[in-house]
Formats: sequence, structure tokens, C-alpha cells
Amino acid sequence: MAVGLSGFAFGATAGGAGLTVAQACALSLLVFTGASQFALVGALGAGAGPYAAAAGALFLGVRNAFYGLRLSHVLRLPPWIRPFAAQWVIDETSAVTFAQPDRASARLGFTVTGVSLFTLWNLTTLLGALGASALGDPGTWGLDAAGPAVFLALLSPKVRSGGLEQVTAVLGVVLVLAAVPLLPAGVPVLVAALAAPLVLLARRGRDSREETAR
Amino acid sequence: MTTWIAIIVTAVGCYAVKLLGLSMPAALLERPIVQRLAALVPIALLAALTAQQTFCDGSHLVIDARAAGLGAAAVALLLRAPFLVVVGVAVVVTAMLRYTTG
Repeated sequence: MAVGLSGFAFGATAGGAGLTVAQACALSLLVFTGASQFALVGALGAGAGPYAAAAGALFLGVRNAFYGLRLSHVLRLPPWIRPFAAQWVIDETSAVTFAQPDRASARLGFTVTGVSLFTLWNLTTLLGALGASALGDPGTWGLDAAGPAVFLALLSPKVRSGGLEQVTAVLGVVLVLAAVPLLPAGVPVLVAALAAPLVLLARRGRDSREETAR
Repeated sequence: MTTWIAIIVTAVGCYAVKLLGLSMPAALLERPIVQRLAALVPIALLAALTAQQTFCDGSHLVIDARAAGLGAAAVALLLRAPFLVVVGVAVVVTAMLRYTTG
């Protein structure tokens, strides 16, 4: 359900950012990881170059490698099947698979979630992209608020616990808002990614100072 | 054409990253520094993307109806509303505010 609405919102947002219906559908078929797709069309819509836009989307997709790593332990897929399963390694399939009690139901959960989300996400992207031309400017319908709401919903469980996660999020916001007026489109988000190593460095510096003081 | 380049680069990259995770020896990704960066980089990116797509219009910082929509989404998240409701609330509040303020 959530995927249906955000698929529709993605198609409409892509249309509003100037992508054709074919381009929006190609993204959902070939990229199939929602946050990266929203990030890419957002950057392209803001006038980013293709490589800067793709870099932001790619950074965001790196988390899927870590899902894949845990999934390969849980699912024990034979090597020949991995290239086919790989496209379904996303937030939702991982969440469902990790929640299963044993390997058989994990495999079933992964497959069922993968097939149904892939179908739903692509169908609703097509509808949204077709609808975008009929709707006109997605801004009038408030659909340009769907992207940030999706990001916030993904972010919120990660920062609830406070600590380094919250500091990183705040620093990311400060960096991007400071960089937007100064740097070309697409680059500010990449600058904001530096918040992660900066926070880790600051933490390490503080730890070693406390070490010396002792 | 540039859009297709961006699509193809993103598609190939995102697929490679997924396959890499499924096929990689566990030892490499289990190093603590890699784990910590992997946890924090998406947080920095998601926070930055939220802020940028809410408060930026091109290279200008603005506060418009999107900010109200995002605020409503944040309230929905605090009330532990499901994902669908969170996104729906942001869209509806933004649209209504634009409609009423002309």
C-alpha cells in the first residue's frame, strides 16, 4: 500500500521533474530502490549534471550492500541465483526476510515480497508518470512534498535513539543548506554525506583526548 | 540524453551494489569502521535530502507550503502513523495550503 502510493508519487514527481514516461519506468525497473530514485529525479529536476545526480543516488543505495550481506547469510542462495535475486535487495524485502523464524520461510518471504513489490512499484510508477502529464505541475497537487516525506519517514526510526545518529543528521542538514546557495545542483547533497566521516573523526578525537587526560 | 546517462549510471551502480552485498565475503563489510560509516552515511544523506527538497528552490533557500507539509508529516511520525499516512498527510497539507493561499 505504502509502496503503491509512493510509486504513484514517484512517477508523478519524475514527470514533474521533466522525465518522460519511459525514463520514469526505466528507473523503477532498473534501479528499483525508492530513495535513490527520488534522490535522482530531485537532483535532475534541480538542474544537476548526470554524474553528480547519479552519485547522490548511488551513495544512498550503498545500504543495500549491507542488507545483501545479511541476506546471503539468512537465505544461503546458490551463486547462480544471486544475480537474479540481487535486484530485490531493498529495505522492505530485507525487513520481511529478517523477521522470519527459519530459512524456508525467509526464502518464501523474500520471494513473495520481492515479486509483489516489484510489480506494484512498476505499475504505480507507470500510472503516476502517465498521470503527471494529465495533472500538469505536480506542485499544484502537493506531490513535491512526497519525496521529502518519504526521506523523513526513512530517517525517523534511525535517529530516534539519539546519539551520533542525531548529530550526523543535524550536521547533514546544516551542510546541505549552507552549500545549496554556493555550489551547483547535486553537489550539496554529496557535501552533506561528509557529515558521517566528520562525526566519526570528531568522536575519535574526543575519545583519544579523554584517553590522554586519564 | 543526459537524463538517460544518469539513469543508466544509477541503474548499473545500484545493481552492482546489491549484487556485491550478496556475493561479498563477510569479513570486509564486518570491519567496525565500515559498519559505522555504512550506518551514518544514509542518515546524513536522508537528512540532507529532506532539508533540500523542503527548503530549497533551485539555489535559493525558501520556506513555503512544503515546510508545512513536512511539519505535518513529522507530527504523523511522532504519532507513529503508518508510512502511507505520513506521505499522504504531507501531500494533502501542502496541496491544501497552496489552494487556500492561492
